[in-house]
Amino acid sequence: MHRYANPLRFLKIARVATPIVALLGLALTAAGLWIGLFASPPDYQQGESVRIMYVHVPAAWLGAGGYLSLAIASATALIWRHPLATIAARAIAPAGAAFTAICLVSGALWGKPTWGTYWVWDARLTSMLVLLFLYLGYLALAASEAERGGEQRGAAILALVGVINLPIIKYSVEWWNTLHQGSSISVVNASSKIAPELLTPLLLSVAGFSFLFAAIVLMRMRAMLAQQRIDARSRRLAEALA
Amino acid sequence: MKAKHQRLWLVVGALGALGGAGALAFSTLGEKATYFYAPSDLKKGPAPTAAIRLGGMVAKGSIQRDGATVRFIVTDMAQTVPVTYTGILPDLFREGQGVIAEGKIDPATGQFRAETILAKHDESYMPPEVAGAMKKTGSVSAGP
Repeated sequence: MHRYANPLRFLKIARVATPIVALLGLALTAAGLWIGLFASPPDYQQGESVRIMYVHVPAAWLGAGGYLSLAIASATALIWRHPLATIAARAIAPAGAAFTAICLVSGALWGKPTWGTYWVWDARLTSMLVLLFLYLGYLALAASEAERGGEQRGAAILALVGVINLPIIKYSVEWWNTLHQGSSISVVNASSKIAPELLTPLLLSVAGFSFLFAAIVLMRMRAMLAQQRIDARSRRLAEALA
Repeated sequence: MKAKHQRLWLVVGALGALGGAGALAFSTLGEKATYFYAPSDLKKGPAPTAAIRLGGMVAKGSIQRDGATVRFIVTDMAQTVPVTYTGILPDLFREGQGVIAEGKIDPATGQFRAETILAKHDESYMPPEVAGAMKKTGSVSAGP
């Protein structure tokens, strides 16, 4: 891990990887959404509104998965004090917040035609809203700490404390009675209650959204590292001129 | 012990303590965070007088329409509660599918008077043809 934590080596790899990851993400998302929106059958109960799933589910998984990676990056920053880990965490947070917001909005739009309501305060919907607030809190705290020139340790601790929300989101539909239905896909048992015709576009768009997420993180990390070098250079210049 | 090992154990320990605190908090929270009660939950204690949410399956063959008023039975396969509702039903309200009714139990008749009806669907998704084939074999409930 230390080998790749060197910012220069990271930049070298990221420069090559970014366009590949971004193109893969665009291609897989386009394929998944095309099949999902136009070339797949409707659901036997919901009809055409099931197609919102192809946006809602990948967004939800990346909202939660993004938070897990934010927490891992924050733990790495706290324990090993890698500057690159802090940059990774700050790059992940807005992407994760955006996907969480997409999940909440698409879920509301899906809820109206199926359940008959945009929003209820059940355990799944509420814990997902808490996830968005955790992201926003992290972003605000990290930005203010960065402005003061700190190492953003407070934000990293906040990110770690928020991890407790992830099992709550995952198991909310089992621990409590909720309006939201239970999980359709079990990664542990490699089983799914979604017919193959509907599962194929879903998995394609999950893969596509994941690559897009990675591409956004890589782009933001490169931009932040470039900004750091600009800041350092202008500081040196100012010192030389003084 | 190196400083980074100390920090590693500090983070691991803090996360463990946090998990323990979370588990304690949630064991206390327990049923209070539930969004609805099943018919069996209602039959356990005395009939609640406050507004509650009742959830379960719409029993097959139980829907009776009388103008804008609909009567049906909510079941959790163990207990049942009769429900009356006047108003527009969500599209997915169907026999054999999940439903959540918000309202009060009429103490005189034991009927649940619903103010709001929400449809709750399960986690299975499939094309109508597949559902039709499975319905013939009896492994899935009726579609639209």
